Amino acid sequence: MKGLVARIVVFGIVIGIVQVTFVSQFPVAGGTADLAPLAVMSIGLLCGGLVGASFGFGLGLFLDVSLLQTLGVTSLILVGIGYFAGRLRDGIADTESSLVPLLAGAAATVTMSVSYSIIQFLLDVSAPVSGVLLRQLLATLILNTLLALPVYAIARRWLSRSLPQQPRGRRRQSSSAALSPLQQGLRTQGSRRTSIS
Amino acid sequence: MYDSKTVRRRRVVLGLLVACSLILLTASFGGDGGAVGSVQRGFSEVLNPVQEGASRALKPVRDLFAWFGDTFTAKGKLADVTAERDQLRQEVLKSQDAQSENELLRRQLNLNQSLGIGAYGPVGARVFAQSSTVWYATVKIDKGSSDGLRDGMPVLDENGLVGTVSQTTRSASVVTLITDHTSGVSGRTIVGRVPGIVLPSSAGNPGSLTFSLTGGGRIAVGDRVVTRGTIESKYPSLFPEGLPIGTVTTVDNPGSDTQEVKLRPFADLRRLDEVQVLTKVPGAES
Repeated sequence: MKGLVARIVVFGIVIGIVQVTFVSQFPVAGGTADLAPLAVMSIGLLCGGLVGASFGFGLGLFLDVSLLQTLGVTSLILVGIGYFAGRLRDGIADTESSLVPLLAGAAATVTMSVSYSIIQFLLDVSAPVSGVLLRQLLATLILNTLLALPVYAIARRWLSRSLPQQPRGRRRQSSSAALSPLQQGLRTQGSRRTSIS
Repeated sequence: MYDSKTVRRRRVVLGLLVACSLILLTASFGGDGGAVGSVQRGFSEVLNPVQEGASRALKPVRDLFAWFGDTFTAKGKLADVTAERDQLRQEVLKSQDAQSENELLRRQLNLNQSLGIGAYGPVGARVFAQSSTVWYATVKIDKGSSDGLRDGMPVLDENGLVGTVSQTTRSASVVTLITDHTSGVSGRTIVGRVPGIVLPSSAGNPGSLTFSLTGGGRIAVGDRVVTRGTIESKYPSLFPEGLPIGTVTTVDNPGSDTQEVKLRPFADLRRLDEVQVLTKVPGAES
């Protein structure tokens, strides 16, 4: 467990530093990618809602502190993203599908952009809004969707040794646990017949 | 799948994290954040060397990507740049005439107003971090209060005005760019000396500024806008006179009261690397 926490902390620090020192300074098609929601989504999908939310809080705090921004804004949003990514992991049958991190990454990016905008308006940040902002947010969404799979793959690879259960194992276990003893017996008989024939 | 105890614990932790976020937000919103702000600056101080090192290490990769991007866009800009060069060539000839005439007149009036940037105590700095949200146009530089930087000092790069120092720690500072929603710079056109305030066009738009005229005057596309400097000694401006800000790109309803003027900043605010902070300006904190 300590190993997992240490690896998650290292992952968060690396993502935070790469975001502010490299990704934010590298515009593509008028927008920049945002690795924070992707990283939180990945941790939520791999480790569950509790770890995802805690990781989101920590990463948000790291980003706000390092850029001397208003504390708590990024944390608040990333806590929600991490928690719901974990809930998504609990609710879906096949976490191995590459579509899951792709769609979850896009959803996390949209959530991040929309929530951040709403909070800014609530905090009375009087920035004029134009089509350029929407274009930038769209560019960020596209970039993040493209980066969702690589970020998830890196996170999974980095945490694979420390995770108590791999997603595939968890899926099999949970599907068999859902069966009643009678159903499990029938299933065993069926598999025996298949092996005899 | 989970027992009720696990679900309850999960919800309690989620609630605690949300509550912590809201408390932090309330404590640090507005002003300098008080005690929370001090703690934030302390942590930032610790993080600065790590971020700076990472920025230096990643610079070659960033430059490589930027080179590919620049190569693609350069081809498309060739025709525009050629036309601009021809226009500038004519303007240089005119300005050379004007300059020689000006020097003659200055000598005659025994005036010495040839203050360059050197008189404002420039301190070179490097950008090593940038805000990752479109709502804040801020960058972080590797010089802080120990180098003589204070809030309000103007920052420029080799092309023109970039912004002002908005927060300082001992070893680093946050620069609020002229495209941030909190920014406003008093400016004037070079031709005609039409005064106005340079404001951001919209959130997350580093390539455009709005020039809001404070008086009447006619402005044309291609006019250059510079800082206006101090008009009354009672209210000293943060920006010395004549710092280049940008070029007029569009003028809607020219000459009317509702004319709307857009500028393209001279400085490429998307890719800032080396900047200079003017430490000896009348309006900055001492």
